[in-house]
Amino acid sequence: MRIVISNQSGKPIYEQIEDQVKAAILSGQLKVNEQLPSIRSLARDLRISVITTTRAYHELEAAGFITNVQGKGAYVLGQDSALVRENALRDIEASLNQAIDTANMAHIAPSELHTMLDTLLQAEETDHGR
Amino acid sequence: MGADLLTVTNLNKQYAEFQLADVSFQLPAGYIMGFIGPNGAGKTTTIKAILDMIRPDTGQIELLGQTTPQGRESVRDQIGIVLDGPVYPDSWRAETVSRYVGPFFPSWDPDKFKELLQDFAIPTKPKYRDLSTGAKIKLQLAAAFAHHPRLLILDEPTSGLDPIARDELIGILQDFISDGQRSVLISTHDVLELAKVADYVTYLLAGKVTFTGSLDELLDRYVMIKGGPNDLTPAIQANIIGLQRSVVGFAGIWPTDQIATLPASIVQEPVDLESLMIAFGKGGRPHA
Repeated sequence: MRIVISNQSGKPIYEQIEDQVKAAILSGQLKVNEQLPSIRSLARDLRISVITTTRAYHELEAAGFITNVQGKGAYVLGQDSALVRENALRDIEASLNQAIDTANMAHIAPSELHTMLDTLLQAEETDHGR
Repeated sequence: MGADLLTVTNLNKQYAEFQLADVSFQLPAGYIMGFIGPNGAGKTTTIKAILDMIRPDTGQIELLGQTTPQGRESVRDQIGIVLDGPVYPDSWRAETVSRYVGPFFPSWDPDKFKELLQDFAIPTKPKYRDLSTGAKIKLQLAAAFAHHPRLLILDEPTSGLDPIARDELIGILQDFISDGQRSVLISTHDVLELAKVADYVTYLLAGKVTFTGSLDELLDRYVMIKGGPNDLTPAIQANIIGLQRSVVGFAGIWPTDQIATLPASIVQEPVDLESLMIAFGKGGRPHA
C-alpha cells in the first residue's frame, strides 16, 4: 500500500491517510481481511504522531472500511461492507446532482444527459475489455 | 491505553522575578509530549521540580505512580534524562560513561550501552569535549537508554543540533515509544520537527499553562486568517491573536468556534504550531 503525506495540501494528515486507505480498498489494491500496518508502526514510518494515526484508523472504522481488533490490529472489511456501499452511493448521488445542476444551468436536456452517461459507461467498458 | 506515567498538579514556585503558577498536565504511557514555550517560560524549572532538583512551594508530582520525593527517588532508575549543554567531564570518552555513570543505576546494562554507541554512531575515540553537539546528545541518550527507562525526559535537546541530527533524534524517540508502554517529555522552543510527531503538547507561557492536551486538538481550535487592510474591522481587531499588519493587509490567529463571525473576504487556512507559538508569544491571549 502506498501512503504519501503532503504538508502543503492543506488537508489534515489524518484525512490524507483516510483518503488513501479508502482509495486502496475501493480499487481492490487492499483485499478483504488484509491486515493494515499497526497504528504505531505506521506513525513511525510516516514520522507523524500516534494520535493522528489513531484518528485516521478510527474514522476508517466508523465509515465501515476497516475493523480494529483490540490487541490484534486493523483489518480491511472490503468494498462489500454495507457502510462502504452506502457511502459510495451517497458520493455518486452528490456527483450526479452536480451534473444535473450544471446541465440545468447550461440548458442541456435530460435525454442528452442520459446519452452522455451511457457513452461514458460504454467507453469505460471498452477500456476494460482491451 | 496505559496509565499516566507523569501527572503534574497545580505546581507553584515563587522566585523573585518569576513564578510557576498552577502548572498542571499529564502524560499517558505510549506517547510523546512536547513541552513548549519561549525561553524563560518555566520549562526547565518545571522539569527540575519533576526531578526533585528544586522543591516546589505547593503542588503534586506523580512520577510512575510515586508522589513523594523518596518514592520518586526509588523509580529514578526508570527515568532517562537528557539535559541541554555539556553534562560529562571534558576528558571522558564514550566508554567512560559506562564505568562511572553505570554504577548509579542498578539496572544499568553495559552491553546495551555498547550496542547503542554503535547504533547511534557515536565515536568512541575522541574526548567528550571534542564530540559534536549531536554526538554529545546521543551519548546522553545512550546512557539514558542503557538503564531501560519507561519515561524519557529531555530538556532542550535540539538546540544546537543540525537538521540531520534533529531528524535522527525524532526517529529515535518514535522508536522508543513504539511499544506503547513508554513515554517521552521533550521540552523545546524549536517546534518544527517536533510538531510532526508529538501526540500531546503542554504550552507554557510566563509560568502558566496556556494549553495542554492533544496537538491535533490544539491545532483544531484555531485557524490562520488573512485579509486586506480594509477587512480588518474593529470586531476582528478586538479578538485576533498575534495581529500582524502591513500596508497591504493583515494576518493573525482566530478561534475556530468564531469563524462564523468572519466576512467571506477573509482567507482562512489551517494553523501550524510555530505560528501559534509566535502569535501567543506576542501577547495574544488564548481563548478558553
